[in-house]
Parts: sequence; structure tokens; C-alpha cells
Amino acid sequence: MAGPVLEMRSIVKTFPGVKALSDVTLTVRQGEVHAICGENGAGKSTLMKVLSGVHPHGSYEGDILFEGELCKFGDIRASEQRGIVIIHQELALSPYLSLAENIFLGNEHARGGFIDWRETLRHATELLRRVGLDDHPETRVTDIGVGKQQLVEIAKALSKKVKLLILDEPTAALNDEDSGKLLDLILELKNQGITSIIISHKLNEIRRVADSVTIIRDGHSIETLDVKSKETTEERIIAGMVGRDLDHRFPERTAYQGEADAAPALEIRNWTVRHPIDQERKVVDDVSVHVRRGEIVGIAGLMGAGRTELAMSVFGRTYGRYDGGSVLKDGTEIRTKSVAEAVGHGIAYVTEDRKHYGLNLIDTINRNISLTALNKVARRGIVDEHEERQVSEGYRTSMNIKAPTVFEPVGKLSGGNQQKVVLSKWIFAGPDVLILDEPTRGIDVGAKYEIYTVIDQLAAQGKAVVFISSELPELLGMCDRIYTMAAGRLTGEVPRAEATQEVLMRQMTKDKEVSR
Amino acid sequence: MSTDVTAKSPAPVPPGWSEPGDDGGLLQLVLNGLRRNMRQYGMLIALGLIVALFAVWTNGDLLLPRNVSNLVLQNSYILILAIGMMMVIIAGHIDLSVGSLTAFVGAFAAVLTVNHGIPWPVALLLCLAMGAVAGALQGFFIAYLGIPSFIVTLAGMLLFRGLTEILLQGQTIGPFPNGLQNLGNGFLPEVGPHTNYHNITLLLGIVLIAAVVWQEFRDRRRQQEFSLDVLPTRLFLVKLVALGAAILVLTLLLASYKGAPIVLIVLGALVVGYGYVMRNAVFGRHIYAIGGNLPAAKLSGVKDKKVTFYVFLNMGVLAALAGLVVAARLNAASPKAGDGFELEAIASSFIGGASMSGGVGTILGAIIGGLVLGVLNNGMNLLSVGTDWQQVIKGLALLVAVGFDVWNKRKSGS
Repeated sequence: MAGPVLEMRSIVKTFPGVKALSDVTLTVRQGEVHAICGENGAGKSTLMKVLSGVHPHGSYEGDILFEGELCKFGDIRASEQRGIVIIHQELALSPYLSLAENIFLGNEHARGGFIDWRETLRHATELLRRVGLDDHPETRVTDIGVGKQQLVEIAKALSKKVKLLILDEPTAALNDEDSGKLLDLILELKNQGITSIIISHKLNEIRRVADSVTIIRDGHSIETLDVKSKETTEERIIAGMVGRDLDHRFPERTAYQGEADAAPALEIRNWTVRHPIDQERKVVDDVSVHVRRGEIVGIAGLMGAGRTELAMSVFGRTYGRYDGGSVLKDGTEIRTKSVAEAVGHGIAYVTEDRKHYGLNLIDTINRNISLTALNKVARRGIVDEHEERQVSEGYRTSMNIKAPTVFEPVGKLSGGNQQKVVLSKWIFAGPDVLILDEPTRGIDVGAKYEIYTVIDQLAAQGKAVVFISSELPELLGMCDRIYTMAAGRLTGEVPRAEATQEVLMRQMTKDKEVSR
Repeated sequence: MSTDVTAKSPAPVPPGWSEPGDDGGLLQLVLNGLRRNMRQYGMLIALGLIVALFAVWTNGDLLLPRNVSNLVLQNSYILILAIGMMMVIIAGHIDLSVGSLTAFVGAFAAVLTVNHGIPWPVALLLCLAMGAVAGALQGFFIAYLGIPSFIVTLAGMLLFRGLTEILLQGQTIGPFPNGLQNLGNGFLPEVGPHTNYHNITLLLGIVLIAAVVWQEFRDRRRQQEFSLDVLPTRLFLVKLVALGAAILVLTLLLASYKGAPIVLIVLGALVVGYGYVMRNAVFGRHIYAIGGNLPAAKLSGVKDKKVTFYVFLNMGVLAALAGLVVAARLNAASPKAGDGFELEAIASSFIGGASMSGGVGTILGAIIGGLVLGVLNNGMNLLSVGTDWQQVIKGLALLVAVGFDVWNKRKSGS
């Protein structure tokens, strides 16, 4: 086969406090489809951002060679000029502009500052045909489906004379039919000589389109495998993704000795939720799970598996459109149609996105902690400020929140300390069931250990804990039982004794056909 | 260099993070306190500077008892509106309709009392109820139907202006009964022996000082009870003296003229009441929460729609009160009343520390912001600056105040 079109050598990228990429080397040959896979947070997207100039030259270490030349991209435009185009997971189309306008956005066919509509439409039609769309180029983007929008993104890339196309989880939001079309198109473009990098953790897709696959784990490139070779089985790829080393530390946990006959603290039965906009899609599909007092139950799954959607839809229907299922607390059915009801029944949901959904960043630690349970420090609607301050000072000490006083704005704290504030806030609400969504995302190892300890204590106090995480080691280290989800469905339930990363990863990457 | 020695000693503590130990001088303590609360004190200092500047430029006319009394009367209705507007802005919204609504309520009051001879206390209550209905209506569209407040209240602005003209049929209606006039122009009644000062006002001032001192001490004791940190004793005393002196000066100024205007008493009650609500009531906290981060507030169980609804209902009531004060002060309801009041109230809030994105601001801030504009107005009038230049200068003041705020925030890196 042809020689390398792209070489990324020993790329190191650090963010304040976190090393996102420690040492990544990637070689992509001319004209191939190269897959990159790894767990969430392994560094795949960061690597592509380095390549495309989102993280400009100088903000990382290592060299990028494209077509044999050393490249120092200062921004996306620079990489696009060389023919490297990235299509992000979240589509970057302007919904109320037409397909043609979107395709040439920032790159218009214009004469003297005025758009040449004839040439625009002609060229757009041609590009749309190339990606297999026969929609009129003056259709608005919002009037076509997500699958077609993905194709428009590719048409836009083609208009920039793309040589290397990068697709970041292109099928995550697509149904099977649209996914199939998209994968066919990638193969078609390959025939036309366009090299592609596809980030995906759907192993069947990788097997279908990719020539080789590079596995990234914890910011390191582990290995590059030839997909067409007989030895590259799905198990082989999974083994590479999860690795062997468990370098996280967890508090000593005594395994849960539950009374199996007592009703679970929280039970969710046959829960089904549809996507808030795309009502055809079932984001959570007939899921039944339960958790007992004193138990920590994990939910594992990759991006788009429906874990957060499950939790949020149960917690006051804060996500999607409800389409059946019931929630039981201690054996009796309860209503959780609003957050207030859910909280009233002793359920707490600690969000995965603390900045957007968990905290009021411009307000103080004090006021963030008291918000959900203000009535506990208030009499007849009036907050007792002194008592409130005493409560939050208590959490500052017991949770080891590193701030001089509780009057610091939460926005000034580090991620780990912010997470401790969110946890304090929900512990103060006094729930029986805590649903923790990625409670250690984006925080350093030391703070992680502290948070694990808190979770362990909560379970020891008889709280029921649901632990949603993408990091398999922490689920294995903390949970008594682990559910796995894929594409909105429950694909397995593994007790602590039988759980290994390989078992979980296999269930997490199960596709619909397989699970049936 | 000699400073090297100190630079090496324990890790540098970021400004505002150190406990104000008793090692520095008194001035140092005060400065530390100020630095820590730049946002709150910045505008207060600016107000002080503006007052001082105009006092000098007008050869002291600005601070003549009669002028101070006037200043209060002239600005009372904007300050009333600013209280409600601050709450609206903290909740992350805006209300453009309040100017028209004040005119509408003024007209309503005139029709009730002048045309139909309804007793003024009844009319007053009906007017406040009318304000509540108007506010509730707008609040319903904003909170429950999800129409942006800018659009709903822009519609309200046109609608209430039109209704005002319909009610008044293009004419100015007056005069109002005496009882209502007092709301805009009246002073507290005088009793007791003849002194050079207004007795009741003086008494009220002294009571107020006592109440403030008592409250501060009670607060301090409770903090100690909960074993929380308190201000260092010396700084606490400085604060008490400063507060007391400020009240005393204002009291003496007003008492040496006709006494405290009735509307000042109303305004004072509103500031204390709403200040308390915003700081200590669950309702107030929820307003900050939805303005600061709406999704997070929702996920914390805050009933955001209900809170938004009541914030607008409240704005309607306050606008009605302001409308009554304006009408009473002019002693007539005019179709053009309240023109541009919404912008003055909005400007007051932003000068007083509100943020476009919501979640930030205090009632006291809105009052300080309103006073900055009021003193500028009054001072420039005394200096006979034309209204054309007055507009220019007020515009610049808004820009500078908010610019300073943005710069200050960026500097502190939040």
C-alpha cells in the first residue's frame, strides 16, 4: 500500500492539572480509512483537535507531518487550507440557512463581496450529488434529518478540497439506515482517493469500513492493528482498549451483604424515553434496574448509551419524552414528574455536567450547598443565614473543600472542589437514593480518592447509590453490581465477583442485532 | 532588595483570602474590607465622589436642606421602579413596560378619584391591584408560555401607553384629593415644641440609628453563637459609626427643612423589606438561583416558572405604586407621564451592579445606582446644564459604571 500521508509523532498535550495526551504517535497511510478507538476520555477528540489546529501549534509538544511536510497549524483555517477537515460530533451547520449557503459558509463563491448565486447553486448541486443527496440546495438545513445533515457536512468538507477527512463519532446520533449510508459514502470517498480518520467505538462499524485501527488509552497510543487481518478480532480490540493496568486506587470496600428479600430502595421498571426532538428515536428502551439500601450499583456504557438520559428522565422528567415505565421507592410506585417530587421522595441526581447543570458558578459555596434544601435552614420562608453558614462550613470541613471561606464563588474552585460542593449540596438534601453521574469526571487523582471515600461512606450509612461512569476501573473498584447499557438498552448485569473490564466492554459494545 | 525577605516568607496569600488580622492599622483594616467587597463599595464610593464634586461645583447648593428634600421627591418613583427592576434583571429578564404602566395606573387613579369621586384609600388599593393584574398578565406570558420578556414587555409598553391615552382621551386630568397628593409631595406631620428642627423626623432618625445598631449587635452575637468568624472589633465599630453618621446627617438635613417626605418613609420600608426578602427569603434565593444558572436551578427543584411569574407580578405592583407617586407629585395624570422611566430604572440597576446575564445584584445596589443618576440630574440642573448635555453625560455615566464593573471582574479572573 501507499506510504504515510499523515504522521503525528510523540504528541503531548496538557491542560491545567490534566495530561490529556501523554505520548501519542499516529501514522495514517495515503488512501486508507483509519479508525481510532478508545474509552471515553482516552484522548481521541483531543488528538483530533491538535491535528486540526483547534489546539494551535505551540500549545502541544511533538510534530505533525502531513504529506511529508512539517505542519504548524495556528487555527482551523490553516489546517483546512492543507485539506484536513474535521467534522465534529455536534454538527456545525446553521439551521436556518440553506444547504448551499451552509456548504460555502466562510468560503463563498463571491464577486466583489456579492454572492454569485448561479455558481453557488451549480456547485452545491454537484457536491450534494457526490454525497448521495438529491435535495434541492435551497432547502433549509432544519428541514432535513440528522442523517442528511451529516452528509451535508461532508459535502461542505468536499467543497474545501479535502484530502484528509476526520469524522468524530459520525454515527452516534444516526439510526441504522443512515449509519449504513454514511459508511458507504466513506468507502466511496476512499475510492476517490480521500483518506479518512474515523473515531468510533462501534466495533462492527470499524470492521466494516476501516483498514487499520489505532487504539488510544489514557493519553497513550497503545497499538495500531490491521483490521483486515484475521487476528484482529473484536476481542483483540477490546483488550487493547481496556488494558491491564489498574492504576486507580479505591477505598477498601466491604462487599454489600444485602437482604435480598427486602424491597429495593429504588426500582425502575420498563423505562422508555424518546428523544426530545427526534421522536422516532428511543433513547432509553425498556430498561429495568434496581438498587438496594447500602448498595452501590454501577451503570456502564459508552457515549450515547442512554445512561444520563435514563437518570435524568427518572429525576423529574428533566430529559426527553416519557414513553412508559414506572418508578418504585421501597416497593411502592411513586410519581417523579417534577424535580420537586423526586427530591421529595428522597432521590438525588448529581449531574455529569456540574458547570451547566449542577452549580450556580457566580454564587458562593454557601448558597450553592443550601439551595436544594433551603427549607431545612429556613423558618416560614425566611432563611436563617447563620445556621446556613454553619451547615456549609460543616461541609467545607468534612468534605475537605479547599477554599478559605464558604463565601468564595464556586466558579473560582478547581473541578474536584466544585464536585465536592455539588455532592455536599445533594447530601444536605438528605436523600435515600443518590444517582451519581460521572462523579469523578475531569478531576485529579487525589480528589477522586476523596470522592470515592465519600461514596463508600454514603453506602455504609445505608444510602442506595447508583454510580454512572465511563471509567471501567472505578466501576470495578466501587460497585457491588454493574449494569451495562448500549444504544438505550440494558445489555447486561454483572455481579462484582464476575465483573472484568473485558466482560463489561463486550456488553457495552453490543449492538442491537447481537443483543437480541 | 529588602523586600526579598518578605517575598520568601510563607506562600503568598491571594488578596481577599487572608483573615483580617489585627496586625495592620485601622486604615489597613478598612482598606482590606473595601478591597474584598470592591463590587459593593465601588459604586458607593462613586456616589460619594459625585456628590462631593457637585457640592463643590454648586458652591454647596446641592446639599442645602431644601435641595436634598427635593432630590428625594424627584427620584422616589425611579427608585421604587429600580427595586422591582433589579429583581427582574437578577432573575435574568427585563421589563420595558414599567414607564407606560406607571402612566396607565396614574390615569386609572385619576379616573377613579377625579371622575368618579371614589375615596382615595380605596382608589390606591384598586390601583395597586391593577398593577398586580398587569404584572401577572405579563408574567404569565413570560413564565408559562415562554415568550421572551423583552418581547412581552415591549408589547406591554405599547399596550399600556395606548390604554393610558384611551383612559384620558388625550387630556390631562387633575387635581387629586389631598390624601393622594401627600404621597408625592407630603411631609411627615409636625408635633411638639418648636425647635429649629422637625421633631418627628429627628425622633425617627434617632430610632432608626438605634435599630440599626441593635440589629448589627444582634447579628454579631448570633454569629458568635454559631461560632462563626466575625468582623474584627475595630472594623465593626468603624462600620457602626459610619452607618450612624450617614443616617444622622441625612436626618439633620431633612429635619432642618420640612421634615422627612412621606414617600421617603415608603421607600425606606421598601428597601428594608425587599432587601430582606432578596437576602434571606427562600423566594429571594430562588430568584438569584434561576438568574445565575437556570438549568441548575431547575435540577435543584426550584420552581422557576412560579418564581418568574411572581417577580413580574411584583414589578407590576411596584410600577403601580410609582405611578401613584408620579401622578400625586404632578397632581395630574397625563398621557405622557412616565416617559422613559423604564430606561432610567434599567440604567439604575446596571449602574448598581446588575449583570445582563442575571444572577447578580442587590436592592441596595439599585438604590445607589438610582441615586447616582438622580444626583447627576439634580446637580446638572443646578448648574443649568441643558437637557441635551444631561443625556450625554448620563449615557457616559452608565457606560463608565458598567465598564468599570466588567474590567474589575476580568481583573479578578472570574
